[in-house]
Amino acid sequence: MSENHNHSENFFSKYIFSIDHKMIAKQFLITGMTMGIIAMVMSALFRLQLANPGEPNQILSFFLGDWAQGGVMDPNMYLALVTIHGTLMVFFLLTGGLSGTFANLLIPLQIGARDMASGFINALSYWFFFLSSIIMLSSLFVESGPASGGWTIYPPLSAVPQAMPGSGLGMTLWLISMTLFIVSSLLGGLNYIVTILNLRTKGMTMARMPLTMWAIFMTAILGVLSFPVLVSAVLLLVFDRSFGTSFYLSDIMIQGEVLANSGGSPVLFEHLFWFLGHPEVYIVLLPALGITSEVIATNSRKPIFGYRAMVGSIFAIGFLSFIVWAHHMFISGMSPFLGSVFTFTTLLIAIPSAVKAFNYLATLWKGNLQFTPAMLFSIGLVSTFITGGLTGLILGDSALDINVHDTYFVVGHFHIVMGLSATFGAFAGIYHWFPKMYGRMMNKTLGYIHFWLTIVCAYGVFFPMHYLGLAGLPRRYYSNTAFPMFDDLVNINSVVTFFAATAAIVQLIFLFNFIYSIFRGERAVMNPWKSNTLEWTTPVERIHGNWPGKIPQVYRWAYDYSKPGSEKDFIPQNIPLKSDESESL
Amino acid sequence: MINFLILISLIVVLITLSQIIRIFEISNKIKNSRESDITYKDNDRQGKLLLTFGFLFIASFFLMNAKWTKSLLPISASEHGHEIDLLMNISLGLIIIVFLILQPVLFYFSYKYRGVKNRKALFITHNNKAEIIWTIIPGIVLTVLIIYGLQTWSKVMDRSNIDDALVIEVYGRQFDWTARYAGEDNFLGNANVRFISDANILGVISNDSYKSQIFNINKKIDKLKNQISGEKNYIKKNQLSKRYEKMISKKLRFSTLKEKTPKDLLKAADDDIVVREIHLPVNKKIHMKFRAQDVIHSAYMPHFRVQMNCVPGMNTDFVFRPTLTTEEMRKEVKNEDFDYVLLCNKVCGGAHYNMQIKIIVESEEKFNQWISGQTKFALSYLN
Ligand code: HEM
Ligand SMILES: [Cu+2]
Ligand SMILES: [Cu+2]
Repeated sequence: MSENHNHSENFFSKYIFSIDHKMIAKQFLITGMTMGIIAMVMSALFRLQLANPGEPNQILSFFLGDWAQGGVMDPNMYLALVTIHGTLMVFFLLTGGLSGTFANLLIPLQIGARDMASGFINALSYWFFFLSSIIMLSSLFVESGPASGGWTIYPPLSAVPQAMPGSGLGMTLWLISMTLFIVSSLLGGLNYIVTILNLRTKGMTMARMPLTMWAIFMTAILGVLSFPVLVSAVLLLVFDRSFGTSFYLSDIMIQGEVLANSGGSPVLFEHLFWFLGHPEVYIVLLPALGITSEVIATNSRKPIFGYRAMVGSIFAIGFLSFIVWAHHMFISGMSPFLGSVFTFTTLLIAIPSAVKAFNYLATLWKGNLQFTPAMLFSIGLVSTFITGGLTGLILGDSALDINVHDTYFVVGHFHIVMGLSATFGAFAGIYHWFPKMYGRMMNKTLGYIHFWLTIVCAYGVFFPMHYLGLAGLPRRYYSNTAFPMFDDLVNINSVVTFFAATAAIVQLIFLFNFIYSIFRGERAVMNPWKSNTLEWTTPVERIHGNWPGKIPQVYRWAYDYSKPGSEKDFIPQNIPLKSDESESL
Repeated sequence: MINFLILISLIVVLITLSQIIRIFEISNKIKNSRESDITYKDNDRQGKLLLTFGFLFIASFFLMNAKWTKSLLPISASEHGHEIDLLMNISLGLIIIVFLILQPVLFYFSYKYRGVKNRKALFITHNNKAEIIWTIIPGIVLTVLIIYGLQTWSKVMDRSNIDDALVIEVYGRQFDWTARYAGEDNFLGNANVRFISDANILGVISNDSYKSQIFNINKKIDKLKNQISGEKNYIKKNQLSKRYEKMISKKLRFSTLKEKTPKDLLKAADDDIVVREIHLPVNKKIHMKFRAQDVIHSAYMPHFRVQMNCVPGMNTDFVFRPTLTTEEMRKEVKNEDFDYVLLCNKVCGGAHYNMQIKIIVESEEKFNQWISGQTKFALSYLN
């Protein structure tokens, strides 16, 4: 472990091949944000297509060139955009980007370690992530187009190159990119687990860890257990594509040609994919919930309500998330009995989720709320978590899923519960820990404006989608004009597109604030939010090894806010108990 | 030129923004406070905004309901659909109630407890009683939902009394649907992709389709034989004999496929009827079977609350009973041009958004009249 030594650093060792966890966190953040922005522009483009299908649109031809000849989008390009949008958002922004940023930044700082267990593996994890990002983006420039079979890449559509243009080279690149991405996730995840288990400072028992740490810990475990299954699914798919095996293929005729494959089953792929896919949504969500727990407690000036129940529900969610995957497959043709089992387990997951929501509300209750932009985004997260969680009860019920499966109801549901909650959590984390990353503050007023416009637009985009779904509108449709029964929905669709375009533009405010503050933001003080956790005992200068002297020792949990008997309304974790003081938990 | 102007104005906007921020910061410096500090004024303002947002959010929820519920699906046109709809309405009602309690509480708390001077937050770490209550109550509600849901599910998925159901196959391929009626015996003949030809788009295996495939193959084999014997070039000859061998093994495969099919099944295909429009007799149980040729499709009939994936290499099915004829539904939705459709709901390629087949529900007499006018599979080989 490196003590605080000042070895000389050049540009490369400091910014590019750094093994300092704080720098790696920033690398993840910037890469993730770039991918998020690209994905967001894509969503604005395909929403434009949905708003006026078939009408020439200069914006489309500007961005898409030959893919939108004369300003009219090609149907295959629509599917390509949707696929890459989903992939970038779920994997690159909200898995790699979000976990990578906050796990790397916060683990050593919050548990009191000089760095991650292995700085090298950590850097390696970033470089795999970077490489996979580059490959994924390069697939956008392939002549036949990027992967287009949806982010779930169900075979045979994804397995047979003749099935659609995107299933050729684009799909190959997708598979290579995702394999590298998984390597990155596994390297990162193992490092996080090992660090949390082994490098906690004196006094930092597991039971005293901030909830952020618990959430990240669980996230890493989920990733390490589920991503390998996706690797195998992907590898078998590669075999089917390139070496003539038949894991997923049987009795297929495509473009007038009978394929030799027989005996395989696409449903096998669905099982393997969703065995990762469902834990994946919690991989996306848990870090955001962890961040929110921290931000809400700090800014309510109040202990998080029910710490033990919060930890317990993280574990319950983690465990249950492994036995619900087939709720994505109620109508895939699997046995109805399995459907019953998975309905049961799925609806069970609502209980720990409800506990979390209630505990957030109870934390706000009788608090003394300080509305930092981070706090606003956290409150936004609680709101979206409640809204989206509730519609999950509909989708988890196999009988109800029959008629809303793969409709816009699903798109509305998962964007609110996963997309919005996780992005709000990410925003909260960035506003909250920006001073730890860059030694400066982000502009508060711009933060407020950003929050208000974002939450209004976000609900404006995704809430109406539930009505579209209940009207029977399928997702992944290039245009809704082929069915008279959807003509009525034009109004709803224009509302959605209006807010989607606005939402995309509004993010420029955030981007500006972010970049501006890196260079010219107000200088940070050591503990700007008057928080209890250890990261706020490190100097603003963000040195190698984190603490100039000895690592502080921990004497209490992270949530002694407004504790009676203390003048100040917070007692950092490194302050010893007074002689007459008892530990809060 | 226009791009250039846009660029210029963008730069101007950015510069203005940063100057405004500078001014804010300088004025804060003069006041000896920091821009990033949260003042009580901020708390007050944001707290009120949160309350307002909460109010508008709920209000717009009601507004959306008022404006858009009429665009939702009309009442179910199938028997089990009513059960699903009832369950749906109860579940929706339940989650809306919870939504209408929790969201206002969230935004009200945010407003009520906004930070003010000289107040200290209540120090409370947990409360076992409250936590047990709010674990158990969702637990009970969910148990009820689960039991009710599973009952409905097993009713919908029930396959025990389907012998008298009308058997129809729906076949998906990029990018259209075809239907096959089982005919008088109410039994569908086997099918396999290798039997697909222009005359037999579903690949149905029957004596006729077998004969015609073998006939074609024999023709090719004969042609190849002639070519081979006439060919002098060694390499070309070699290539041709490879193709010849392939044809022979293809022929063999066909024979085994046919042999594997029981005799009466070969016959069963003869009275099958292949059509491009689905007709359903009202109030009769339908046993719909699904297959796909190339990639996964999903047969979605929103008005009947029916959906099932169509998977290559696999058979799936759904049993339901239509209860409203097309005519009745037209009256119901007050639209003369209304038609039921079956649409594809699993992304399957470029024209996925337009993969549909019309469904007509009509009285049994009309249905019988229609079906007796259709060509039987065996007859399609006569001409
Ligand atoms: C600017 C904000 C966003 C907008 C306007 C937006 C819009 C959409 C729409 C309309 C679709 C469905 C298109 C279709 O099915 O035809 C979609 C798909 C999807 N979005 Fe987003 N989205 C946004 C942000 C996000 C975020 C933050 C996530 C992260 C979870 C996300 C993940 C996905 C996924 C996984 C899909 C499914 C892709 C597929 O069908 O393969 N989106 N998005
Ligand atoms: Cu799931
Ligand atoms: Cu299809």
